[in-house]
Amino acid sequence: MQQFLESFLPAGPLVVFVFSIIPLMIILVYALFAIWLERKVAGHMQDRLGPMRTGWHGWAQTIADLLKMIQKEDIVPAKADRFLFKLAPFIAFAASYGAFVAIPLSSGYIGSMIDVGVFYIVAITSLLSVSIIMAGWASNNKWSLLGAMRTAAQTVSYEVPTVVTILSVIIVTGTLNLMEVTEMQTGNAFLGFLPSWLIFHSPFMVIAFGLFFIATLAEAHRVPFDLPESESELVGGYQTEYSGMRWGLFMLTEYADMLLLSLVGVTLFFGGWNSPFGSFMEGPLWGAFWMLLKGMILVFVMMWLRWTLPRLRVDQLMNLCWKYLIPLSFVNLVLIALWEMIF
Amino acid sequence: MDLFAIAFYVFAILIIGSAALMVFSKNIVHSAFALMFTLAGLAIFYALLYAGFVAVTQLLVYVGGILVLILFGVMLTTRGYFEKVRTRTVNLIPATLFTAIIGLMLILVFVTTDWTLMPLEEGEVTMTGLGELLLTDFMLPFQVAGVLLLLAIIGAVLMAARTRPPQQTPNPQQTSPTEKQQD
Repeated sequence: MQQFLESFLPAGPLVVFVFSIIPLMIILVYALFAIWLERKVAGHMQDRLGPMRTGWHGWAQTIADLLKMIQKEDIVPAKADRFLFKLAPFIAFAASYGAFVAIPLSSGYIGSMIDVGVFYIVAITSLLSVSIIMAGWASNNKWSLLGAMRTAAQTVSYEVPTVVTILSVIIVTGTLNLMEVTEMQTGNAFLGFLPSWLIFHSPFMVIAFGLFFIATLAEAHRVPFDLPESESELVGGYQTEYSGMRWGLFMLTEYADMLLLSLVGVTLFFGGWNSPFGSFMEGPLWGAFWMLLKGMILVFVMMWLRWTLPRLRVDQLMNLCWKYLIPLSFVNLVLIALWEMIF
Repeated sequence: MDLFAIAFYVFAILIIGSAALMVFSKNIVHSAFALMFTLAGLAIFYALLYAGFVAVTQLLVYVGGILVLILFGVMLTTRGYFEKVRTRTVNLIPATLFTAIIGLMLILVFVTTDWTLMPLEEGEVTMTGLGELLLTDFMLPFQVAGVLLLLAIIGAVLMAARTRPPQQTPNPQQTSPTEKQQD
């Protein structure tokens, strides 16, 4: 990819710049699409149409909303901590954008071939909870602070099952680099026709994926785990006091986070950029297509769940994590390790 | 000046500045957030020295874990949510004396040591190598650290569980008066 860019751009910082904003472009276009999709999914699930006025079936609704948001006044509450209040949305987005470095978007594109790969993603996304606490505290609002507190508790708890399920995949792959993990899943070996994705590797991998998906739902603060911003009890949680583009950045972060966690799930379990039809429709560009398509399917499942399940209470949330997910993920880890030893 | 040196000095200024802010800030939450920048800056230093694993661990453990817990603790233990989280300066004279002595010692060590600069090269430390080392040559320290952490967890659970009254009433909302009686 870098060589390809160097062929028509003057070498040096410009190449690095273009190289590093490719994920940003993908996130921005994806966010425009996903916010529209979320509203359409919500509408159709509740037997209504969703946005219909702006363009064909309301496709330009998000663009119109964005234009409105840019024009809004940037309000900082009088008693808020100005500096931290203004800083928090940027750290939030930086944390989720930083994680895209280690994700192989296609066979020709990965931000950095670092050896620690998925471990780095886990570490950098933990900055997100810090930024939410920062936003909640700096807003000087009880709802915001309560939302921030819940986030801290939730993220710290749900990080454990996420990391343990990732670890159980790492036992199988033997590497943390997501590019190598994806390359391992090339081909259609299982039963002659199933793609050699890790989810088909053993029955316990299916359980691992289930646990991983539930834990990432909580990490991304999606319904049924959206306690940090549960609007019926906390008004808007940590983003109560935010308006205009700063609120927009939080929204962008939320959607970027959904995509990020879906892509991690896709890379770890569903073959990443590999085509499901073996060598049919293969290559760097098709790879990016498959990767984003698989990611969007998981994002769609997240939206689907949002309009299906009711929100959990705080104690139910903690019970689910500490009493069910963590023991299950540890047992599953041991079982996968045993499977690896025997077969 | 190459890119490495520029990065080094920029982040060195960030680390020292935020560390100073952490110490001199009167607001304890500001101190905690300044600490975040110090710790994250140190992670960048490790990354600059090709110690990727250490950098990521620093970020995960200190910024993602310990800092969140510190913030959580500060916000939960202070009585007022916003106004009363202030720090005070106590023991001014002994503290000044000790820091002066320690500072002098550090400067003395820094001046007298014969520093040799190692040429920086892209490390051969891989995750696989690290894992093998941990499970062969450094097995005992690794296990001892694990046992220590387990003890700490059990201790924390014990301390947290001791104050709770026996669950007799099925309704959790009515346990708060009995809690006071036991205390």
